[in-house]
Amino acid sequence: MSTNSERSREPAIRVQNVEKSYKDLHVLKGVDFQVERGSIFALLGSNGAGKTTVIKILSTLLKADGGSASVNGYDVATQAAEVRESISLTGQFAAVDEILTGRENLVLVAKLRHLANPGKIADDLLARFSLTEAGGRKAATYSGGMRRRLDISMSLIGNPPIIFLDEPTTGLDPQARIEVWEAVKELARNGTTVLLTTQYLDEAEQLADRIAILHQGRIIVDGTLAELKALLPPAKVEYVEKQPTLEDVFFAVVGDSASGTSAGSAGGPTSSPVSADK
Amino acid sequence: MSKHFFSDTAVLTGRSLSHILRSPDTIITTAVTPIAMMLMFVYVFGGAINTGTGSYVNYLLPGILLITIASGIAYTAYRLFLDMQGGIFERFQSMPIARSAVLWGHVLTSLVANLVSVAIVVLVALLMGFRSGAGVLAWLGVAGILTLFTLALTWLAVIAGLSAKTVDGASAFSYPLIFLPFISSAFVPTETMPGPVRWFAENQPVTSIVDTIRALLAQQPVGADIWVALGWCVGILAVAFVLATAAYRRKIS
Repeated sequence: MSTNSERSREPAIRVQNVEKSYKDLHVLKGVDFQVERGSIFALLGSNGAGKTTVIKILSTLLKADGGSASVNGYDVATQAAEVRESISLTGQFAAVDEILTGRENLVLVAKLRHLANPGKIADDLLARFSLTEAGGRKAATYSGGMRRRLDISMSLIGNPPIIFLDEPTTGLDPQARIEVWEAVKELARNGTTVLLTTQYLDEAEQLADRIAILHQGRIIVDGTLAELKALLPPAKVEYVEKQPTLEDVFFAVVGDSASGTSAGSAGGPTSSPVSADK
Repeated sequence: MSKHFFSDTAVLTGRSLSHILRSPDTIITTAVTPIAMMLMFVYVFGGAINTGTGSYVNYLLPGILLITIASGIAYTAYRLFLDMQGGIFERFQSMPIARSAVLWGHVLTSLVANLVSVAIVVLVALLMGFRSGAGVLAWLGVAGILTLFTLALTWLAVIAGLSAKTVDGASAFSYPLIFLPFISSAFVPTETMPGPVRWFAENQPVTSIVDTIRALLAQQPVGADIWVALGWCVGILAVAFVLATAAYRRKIS
């Protein structure tokens, strides 16, 4: 359809008036949004809002009933094979093979992406995600956070330009959550476009360049955090006593060694670990 | 067919074979029940069964082998179902691989696992006194029929694995298949059965397959049985393959 240079000027993801129903349930009633290349875009919505349906349509697992969508300049309906070359999906449930070891999981995906040197790719990713020691163990023995990290590292194999993360931190403990956040930010630093869905408002706030809210089948708001904040009346200055949040208490009590990140262990809500480099 | 079909199928077959190597219990369990049946029929009931031939274990083995395969393919449905429950199936489907390779990986694994189970049962039968003077060609014929039978039932298992709603449902479909040899010539000659039962026994797939294998192993002429047996195997294989592929297409679109 177009040359590579034309394609690289296209937005990474373009969704136009996409509709989808499951029998009588009209989940998506005309969804529109665009994701710029190299950005992190958060699709926010409550349970059942249709976030996963959007991801499944974009990753060619489901067909939309109406509208159109393109990923990396390829139409998801008519150029599904090219779309699959351009993406990686990390679904809601960690998609790792529990019987294989962490390393074997990575080798498997590298082979299925037809890459040379699957063993080296696996070792590099294990090191990058602090899984080298666990690499020889069955994935079934991993903690939730390790499993998620393995899952995300599997998605990086072959350096797809666009990555979908469907509720990457649902069901994780606070430390594992921060590990995943670090991994996502690392992705964006390397130029990967990330579309992530979440039901946690703070997660969108911490990670995303742009945030869209999916509600009752439509995108009702779409903008940067500053733009979304501007929708409300200007902030009033109030003086309130600064109470530590439960998260601050949690990290102060357990220490931050387990998270392996710069997780703040002291201070008020504003010293939340990921806010510093935003 | 995608250009990566063969390499993707090889990689995915390797994956599910390593599952089996890590929990060989699936092969053992597949072999244990038929072996127990064989022991019971040979040493408990066998003395009272008059097959009109010599050794009862020789008479019994073909039917036992079919039961082995019928129970083995339940694991194929089970493994496929588990793949779809976890996220790994969606991961594969969202990757640039030959999409049918995901099914073929399971099918080839099923073939290998079942042939290993069959080999174990044959070894036990040898210990129990099974003997055959069949030549290489006859053994190849037996292996060929068992392979076709395994493939036919495996594609049935794929339908079950793809359409099941629960783990139990994924394997429950194999019970009637395991039961089928009991109403056939597998354990006793069909002549003693009452009219309608005898008619069913003589016209269902198991009898022709069992009779063919028995004749091949006993170095007897196979007659028309072999064509009926091949017809059943190929027919079931073709229908199951078409239905399974259609179910798969519904699943991934």
